[in-house]
Amino acid sequence: MNRTALDLWVGFFVAIGLAAVLFLALKVGNLSAASSGETYALQAKFDNIGGLKIRSAIKSSGVVVGRVTNIEYDPANYVAVVSMQMDARYKFPRDTFATINTSGLLGDQFIGFEVGGDSEMLKAGELIKKTQSAVVLEKLISQFMFNQASESKDKK
Amino acid sequence: MTKLLANLGHQVTSRLWRLGFASRFFLAIFLYSGTSFRRLQLTLREVFFSGVMSLIIIMVSGLFVGMVLGLQGYDTLQRYGSAEALGILVALSLVRELGPVVAALLFASRAGSAITAEIGLMKATEQLSAMEMMAVNPIARVVAPRFWGGVISMPLLAALFSAMGIFGGYLVGVVLIGVDEGSFWSQMQATVDFREDIVNGIIKSFVFGVIVSWVAVFEGYDAEPTAEGVSGATTRTVVTSSLAILAADFVLTALMFRGV
Repeated sequence: MNRTALDLWVGFFVAIGLAAVLFLALKVGNLSAASSGETYALQAKFDNIGGLKIRSAIKSSGVVVGRVTNIEYDPANYVAVVSMQMDARYKFPRDTFATINTSGLLGDQFIGFEVGGDSEMLKAGELIKKTQSAVVLEKLISQFMFNQASESKDKK
Repeated sequence: MTKLLANLGHQVTSRLWRLGFASRFFLAIFLYSGTSFRRLQLTLREVFFSGVMSLIIIMVSGLFVGMVLGLQGYDTLQRYGSAEALGILVALSLVRELGPVVAALLFASRAGSAITAEIGLMKATEQLSAMEMMAVNPIARVVAPRFWGGVISMPLLAALFSAMGIFGGYLVGVVLIGVDEGSFWSQMQATVDFREDIVNGIIKSFVFGVIVSWVAVFEGYDAEPTAEGVSGATTRTVVTSSLAILAADFVLTALMFRGV
């Protein structure tokens, strides 16, 4: 079998096709580190998760340290149970405070970890005890409006 | 009245007959596709004719679709003050939907119709019967290499379409309009997930490749061996595979991106 010009063209075609896939993988998408490496599971209960979704980020000091894997409703206690998959490289103290934050004013919601001072670390499958629910913007605005209204009444 | 019913029944049975034959034909392609991998040159030739020859149309269309997305996306997004999200809009719509679907539609009309016409004409000029006389299986020698050539080309073409489209969106959004380059790329990278979006797009284009190639070789093989029959088969290839692509796209999208 001898080489032909056709082989060259097919080779060229396959090469730029694969280059396009590589471009999509590296430049356009993120080969997420959390999904490929070692992980451990954590859980947390929230009164209100707001707009949190599966695959939302978990950040500590602004660095992504894990992802939300599942969100369930606990009908016994009327709270949301969020399961998280954490990067095994990072361990957190047992009194870590989990809050639901929003990136920017109307951006995506994520779970923020505020690290506590406990010397014992959270083990795989454990439940985070201290949590704070999502801030509902509408509630905040209505509270602000009510406060303003009552203040102006006092002045009169 | 009875004539009408008889006509309807005839229509239904002939459709069912064709569907059954097409399914059996699909299995036969797999059964006899050993040759197309043992004699790789045959398949490479088809990759050349359906893949390499579609390069120009795929790349140019991808570029223009991306540029239009850039213009339209910017027009809508800047009303809400989030023009930086243009990268996300362009990349997600191309990688998830437009890349695989439009590339497959173009592939069906560029390469699928050519395959049908070629096989149909081979049948009309009795080349396929001649092969059978020489104990050469036409499915192994003619049909399977064309089928696999299409299946191999399609994902590569769709990826190229998406990449060119994103480049087109970048050209219009960043170079022409002046959206911030850093946020264009970084927001895109933060949102587009490799496994969820890009791999699913590649799976889609692979399925579309199977559909287009299957319809094209089947219509060619099943064509009436006349000039009229071949032209009808070519038209049917484009119509059937376009409809099948869009229907399959709905099913695949519903399976892949449901509510997450």
